[in-house]
Parts: sequence; C-alpha cells; structure tokens
Amino acid sequence: MSLMNLTAVGLGKKIQNREVSAPEAAKAALDAIEAKEAEINSFVTVDSEGALKRAEEVQKLIDEGKLAGPLAGVPVAIKDNMCTKGLLTTCSSKILGNYIPMFTAEAVLNLEKAGAVIIGKTNMDEFAMGSTTETSAFGPTKNPWDTGHVPGGSSGGSCAAVAAEECPYALGSDTGGSIRQPSSFCGVTGIKPTYGTVSRYGLIAYGSSLDQIGPVAKDVTDCVAILEIISSYDKKDSTSVKRENYNFTSALEDNVKGMKIGIPADYFGEGLDSEVKEAVLNAAKELEKKGAVIEEFNLSLVDYAIPAYYIIACAEASSNLARFDGVKYGYRTEDYNGLHNMYKKTRSEGFGAEVKRRIMLGSFVLSSGYYDAYYIKALKTKALIKKAFDNAFNKYDVILGPAAPQTAPALGESLSDPLKMYLGDIYTISANLAGLPGITVPCGISSKSLPIGLQLLGNCFEEKNIIRAAYAFEQTREYAHSPLA
Amino acid sequence: MKQYETVIGLEVHVELATKTKIFCSCPTEFGGAPNSHTCPVCTGMPGSLPVLNKKVVEYAVAVGLATNCSITQNCKFDRKNYFYPDNPQNYQISQLYYPICRNGGIEITTEDGTTKTIGIHEIHMEEDAGKLVHDEWGESSLVDFNRSGVPLIEIVSEPDMRSAEEVVAYLDKLRLIIQYLGASDCKLQEGSMRADVNLSIREAGTEEFGTRTEMKNLNSFKAIARAIEAEKERQIDIIESGGKVVQETRRWDDNKEYSYAMRSKEDAQDYRYFPEPDLVPIVISDSWLEEIKLSQPEFRDEKLKRYEEEYKIPAYDAQIITGNKHLADIFEAATAICNNPKKVSNWLMVETMRLMKENDMEPEQLKFSPENLAKLVNLAESKVINSQTAKEVFEKVFSDDIDPEKYVEENGLKTVSDNGALREVVQKVIEENPQPVEDYHNGKKKAMGFLVGQIMKEMKGKADPAMANSILKELL
Repeated sequence: MSLMNLTAVGLGKKIQNREVSAPEAAKAALDAIEAKEAEINSFVTVDSEGALKRAEEVQKLIDEGKLAGPLAGVPVAIKDNMCTKGLLTTCSSKILGNYIPMFTAEAVLNLEKAGAVIIGKTNMDEFAMGSTTETSAFGPTKNPWDTGHVPGGSSGGSCAAVAAEECPYALGSDTGGSIRQPSSFCGVTGIKPTYGTVSRYGLIAYGSSLDQIGPVAKDVTDCVAILEIISSYDKKDSTSVKRENYNFTSALEDNVKGMKIGIPADYFGEGLDSEVKEAVLNAAKELEKKGAVIEEFNLSLVDYAIPAYYIIACAEASSNLARFDGVKYGYRTEDYNGLHNMYKKTRSEGFGAEVKRRIMLGSFVLSSGYYDAYYIKALKTKALIKKAFDNAFNKYDVILGPAAPQTAPALGESLSDPLKMYLGDIYTISANLAGLPGITVPCGISSKSLPIGLQLLGNCFEEKNIIRAAYAFEQTREYAHSPLA
Repeated sequence: MKQYETVIGLEVHVELATKTKIFCSCPTEFGGAPNSHTCPVCTGMPGSLPVLNKKVVEYAVAVGLATNCSITQNCKFDRKNYFYPDNPQNYQISQLYYPICRNGGIEITTEDGTTKTIGIHEIHMEEDAGKLVHDEWGESSLVDFNRSGVPLIEIVSEPDMRSAEEVVAYLDKLRLIIQYLGASDCKLQEGSMRADVNLSIREAGTEEFGTRTEMKNLNSFKAIARAIEAEKERQIDIIESGGKVVQETRRWDDNKEYSYAMRSKEDAQDYRYFPEPDLVPIVISDSWLEEIKLSQPEFRDEKLKRYEEEYKIPAYDAQIITGNKHLADIFEAATAICNNPKKVSNWLMVETMRLMKENDMEPEQLKFSPENLAKLVNLAESKVINSQTAKEVFEKVFSDDIDPEKYVEENGLKTVSDNGALREVVQKVIEENPQPVEDYHNGKKKAMGFLVGQIMKEMKGKADPAMANSILKELL
C-alpha cells in the first residue's frame, strides 16, 4: 500500500507522529506520478528535485519543533494557473509555455507556511476555459476511473491527480464549476469557497469577479483542513474579504438534525441523466434519515445563468488575457514584421481555439453598441440570480443538487459541440455569479463505473452549513478509490 | 469674410504628487535606472492585482472641491482596453462611468477684465503608462515601466473657452489651485501637467458646434497659444475654401509651428470600457469628505484679498507673490517672524526676482528659509548693516541659506556708528583729497559724492552713509 492511499490529514498525522518523514511522503508521491503519468497526464510540471529538497527542509523544521500542523510535510499539487516563484506556470497554454513567475500566489504561500511540499503543477483547460481539460496545450488529462473519459475541467489535472492517488491533495480554481464538476467526474471532494475567502493574488485571472481558489482532496475533512490554511484576508487582493473567523473544522460533525435543505426542482428537469438524478436524490434521502428537513422548491432563473455567466466571464477574460502579447514574457512568434504583426502572430499562435473563441466573444459583448445589450444585461441577470439565492437561503440552510447533468463524457465528445459543453455547467455557474460557497462530494458510481457527485450550495460566508451536510452524508458511504489509485 | 468664433475645451492630465504609485507601492520618483521603480503590479505580471492608493482619492477630491465639483461618493474604476507596449496589461485602469468629480467650474478673468466661469465636466483618476525608448542602433524598442502606474487625474473642461488668452488664464488658474493643494507641481515642460486642446470654429452668433480636432503635444503655455492660433486659422481656411473640418487628433510641432494629423475618428479605437473587477467601488463617506474639506488650504483669491487688507502690500506685489504657493509661503512665514510685510515683500519682489532671473530659476527652486529672510530684514531695518551690505548678505542667504546674524558677526560687517572712528577717517579723506574739497567749496556739489565714496571705501563699506555725509559736511 502506498502512502498515497492515505488522506492528506491521515498522512499528515503519520508525519507528525514520526511514522513517516516528509521526504518519504514526497518520494511516494513522485513514485506514484512516475508510474501513472503516462496514462493520466495530470501534471504539466513535476518538480522532483525541488520537492525533495523542500521536503528535507520541512522535515528539519518539524524535527526542530518549529513546524506542526495537519498538513506539514504532506505533498500537494497546484493547478498551473497559480504563480509559483521559480517554477514554470503555464496555464496549460503555449503562450505561457516558458513563463517562470517572480512571486508565489498568496494561497500557495499560505500552504507553504503550513509546511506543504509542492510536488508539481497540474494540467488544466487552457486558462481555465473548458470543462474537460482537453483544451490544454499539453494534451488532455484522462479520467483515472476510465482513461477513455475526460476528468472534467478546468481543474481536471488536480482532480485526476487526487483520484489517481498521485498526491493526497491539490489546489484547484473555480470560475464556473471548475473545482466542483471535475471533482464530481473524478469521484473526489472539492470546495469552491465564498468569493473573497481565498486571496486571488497570484492566481492568473480568467474571470476576475468569479474566480476562486479551493481545495481538492479525498474527503471533507481534508478539504476543511486545506481551506483553513489557504483562506486569509489579503490586502494585496482588493476583493479579499476580512471574515470573522477562519475556523471551519468545528463544522465537521455528523449532525444535520433540523437542517433545512432545499432541492431546486429546476435542477432536476430535462437534460439530467437518470442515474445521476437517482444517486443525488438518494443522497438527499440519507440526509433526511439523519434528521434534515428536505423540501423541493423553485429557484427560478436557472436558464439565464449560462448566458449571463459566459458574457461576464468572457468579457473579463478578453481584457485579462490582453497582457499576453509577446512583449514582456511568454511566447513570442519567431518571424514578424512590426509591432502589430508581432501581436497578431504571437496571439494567433499562442492561444488555442477555445481561448480565442472566448476572447472574441468577450470583445464582442464589450464593443460599443453592444455593451448595454449584453454586458449590462448580464450584470442585471447576475444581480437577479443573487436575489433568487437570497430568497432561497431565507428558507434553507443548504441547497442540494447534482454537480453536473452527466457523468464524465468520453474524450473528444465535448469539443466538437462547445455549446453542449457550456450547458454542462448549468448547475455550477450560478454559485460563481452569486459568490456562494459550494462543495462536491462523491455520492455514487454509474453503471459505466464513473463517479457521480453531489453538490451542496450554501449562503455567502456559510461554508459551515455545507461542510456539515457534506460530512454527515460522507459518513454514510466508504470512499471509493479509482481503479488507477 | 465672415466672422468666426473659436470654441475650445481642454483635457488636462495632472500627475499627482503621491509618494507611491496608484495601484502598488513603487515610488513615483522621477528618474532612476529604467525599470528600477517597478514590481509585478506595474509591469502587468500575470496574477498581480491592483490596490488603490488612498492618497490619490484624497487629492482628486481636493481638486474637485477646489474647482466647485460635486463629488461622486460612490465611484468606480473602469478598464480601458487598448494594445500598446507601454501599457503592460494592455488596458488602462481609468474611470468612465462614475468619475470621482463632476459638474464644477472655475472663474477666470478675461482680457477686458470681466470674469467668466469655465465649466468642468468631470475629473477622473487613472494610471499613467510606461515609456518607450527607441534603440538608436538596432531596430528594437525598449520599455521603461518606471512611470507605469503613476497616478493621474484628468480634468475635462466644458467647451467654454473662446480664445488662447482664456485657455492660458484657465490653465494658469487650474495650475495654481493644484499647486496650492500640493497635489502636483504641474510642470508642463516636464509633463506633470499635460493639456490637450479640443478646438472647433463656428460662425459668430450661431449655436451649433463645428467639428472639433484634438491637439496633443503642447509643452508650454506659449506652445498652447501658438497651436490655438494656428489651428483656428487652419480650420477657417478649410471652411472658407468650401471644405469640411475632419474630426481627428493632431500633433503640434512647436519648432515648426505646425500640426499634423495623427489619427482620424474613423481609426478611433473602441476601448471596450467595463467596470474594473479587481477593485471594489470607492465609497467616500461624509466624514472622509468633511476631513478633506477641512484640510483645504487658503487659495489665491482669498490670499490676495487678505494680503491687501491685512498686510497692506500693493496689489501688484500681492499678485506676484501669491502667483506661486512657495513664494506665498515664504512671504507669510517671514512676515510672521519680523512683522514687516512691506520689507519682506520688497526683498521678494526686487532682489529675489533679480537673482531668480539671473540664475534662471523657478520659485519652487528657492531654498532659503523664511527665518533667515526675516533676520536679514531685521538687521537692515535696525541699521546694523547698511543697505549695500544687506544686498550682499542677501545673496548669501539666497544661494546658501546662511544665517545672516552669524554671517554679519563673523565677517565683521556691522555698520560703524562710532562717531570717533568715522570722524578720523573723514578727516583723513579731506586731507588726502584737496582737489575735490576745493571743488566742493567752489560749488561743485558732485564732489561730495566722490568724498563719501572714498570714506565708504576706507571704512570697507561698514559706515552708515547718512552719518558719513553729515560728518563730512560739518568738517568741510
């Protein structure tokens, strides 16, 4: 049995008890990566040398009694859109194929302070644009449950790495479901915190008003331990929120008596796979058995979420990605004739098709004459969606539903029909538009042996409700290791 | 020929005098090796985020209040998207939808002495761009981001000006207000104040505006005046010859006194403005606004009145002294010490102006302290030194800010009023100069001046000339 079969907190405990050393843990992760990467391709960069060196340093600090904590010495994989000083950070794009940041993202710094050992950078959809990790310039990541299927996206590399047990936990980012959907497809647990909880400083932006970093791990306990570490008020991020407290561990109790859980009927209509539906409703029943009060309701406006999301996210992305121009860093085309030709060729060659599609879409909706019709309307829709959730959370502590309409699609299936891929985000994007926290926990396995995920949404700053519900549900079933684990 | 009216509006960019940049903590200091005042934020590194410098908001509000604007207490930043290598993110953080100040105006005095209000449409905050340096040898250009992120405010006037004189009066007034606030040094030559002129002409008496052009690269008041005259003539010529003015941006070449078109409206970019998602809305609370209001300084118009009433110095002197905040500060501080406003004003108006002219200096560059000027005034007024010595001592104050009391003491410059010593010298001079003495007695009064000069020479300038004069008369 590999150390990688353990949960992050489980491995952390062994390191604290001196049963395992940090270098041994790092070595176990590197061995697992070496054995499985050819099949899975979860990583863009594996930093063997850096990880082993860092593990030695961490072990020394632990031995000197200068470092303790649930995750000290535990290896971690970081999604490749978070800056890591001195370590390649590509966003899975050719245009940043050679980019080595001069600073480390705040969330990653927080992990490092807690003794994390960064093992490598995980694959993703290029600039987090996609739902399958197939838009990566470095080839798709495969689903550890069935390598003929995608792991979901955009944090597909992080979720696959955890599911394949290449490392015990990872950081992902979620702009429209990019943690929750691949967690569902890979049978792992992931949290998208309330917007403003984890600093975005050093996260290479896709949709600034929607992006949020969060944990991916085997279970709720791990995710909570990680969340406590990465959450912080950061003056360097103006959208960072100073929260009253950053303790989430106290919500880890198997008790949902009297908790009011709403099930939006709109999330169970046409387009939802029957097996997914069944597994999710079964999960609701389990929580009901434990004393939760389950009620169906109409959330409304669900159909408007996708267009509003794609307008806002693409508008912001079209501007956020303007800086990749070949002037200062990253890829520059080899032959060019003057400045504009250099811009044009660099960006034509450096960005993939999906990124170009979204930049064009975003540029269009911000163009003069269209701004009011699209962008302003999308902002108004966003406000209405937030209001619909406010109303719902007046009645319910938690909203329960699927994380995605289907289980993981086969490789190649989604890219041929981008609109269908966009529609697959229907259950996750509203949380980003409204800034809400959400969690995905595994709740079943389909007849094709692919995992199904349960999504729980909470009101802003009420992570504890969804953590408590997820934890209580988790106690009703065993963690299912993927065949590649 | 028809009569035409010129219609002018200005867009004035002012670099604010904050110590650090608008969205990061890099210094705004001018100069420094290229890219030495930079960080991930002001070089547009992926993952970096802007954090607003509070002082920028305070300066912008202060300028807004001083120009009678209403303050947008809930304002926001927007992104202006365009590609250019001096703009590291390829967007500029600026304000379009909710500028911090709106609907203001300032009074100017026109040529005929009447006053006129020039409306201010809005003032908004934004970041400056870096600078491109073109390689003289190779075919490449280099970028220096030291200026990238230096805070700017853009003051957009209404099209209320009708002549170059009004434009200069408006700019002068605006510059003084901002200098008085300490919000900027407003130097056109160095680019800390930049004015773009929007100009159109229309037939006198008509209401409808003509097609306007925007003139850039105006680096002095003189260049602005010349460019306005030239553009006015150019547009009239076009219309008189049956043509149409094209809406375009033009660049002024002050050496050739000629402008050329940079880009027309058809090439105008769509900046795709949208609210900056990395910054939260700025809320200017009533109490913060009140705080800024309370810390507003006394402005020129108020000072002018007070100088004439309280200090009773001539209006002309008051105009000159209040024409520069630093000069006014020296005047008030020195007066407070020596309590002799007229003499302080005299030293500033005559000797200071003369030395500034000789040394080609701006008032900002004056480095002597009001204390030392006040001491000098006291020494001269109490006749401890004579006026000639006082001028010499002032030169030292002007150049090295010396303490005049110490200097006079150490160099033995005190006027000799001891009657005995002076009497001896006068006697000596009379004996040694029989011819002028005889001339004097023969009615040539000019000889008197020569003799006094000889006495002062003997006394090494330390005699009180009036006293020397009276002793000489007596002995003759």
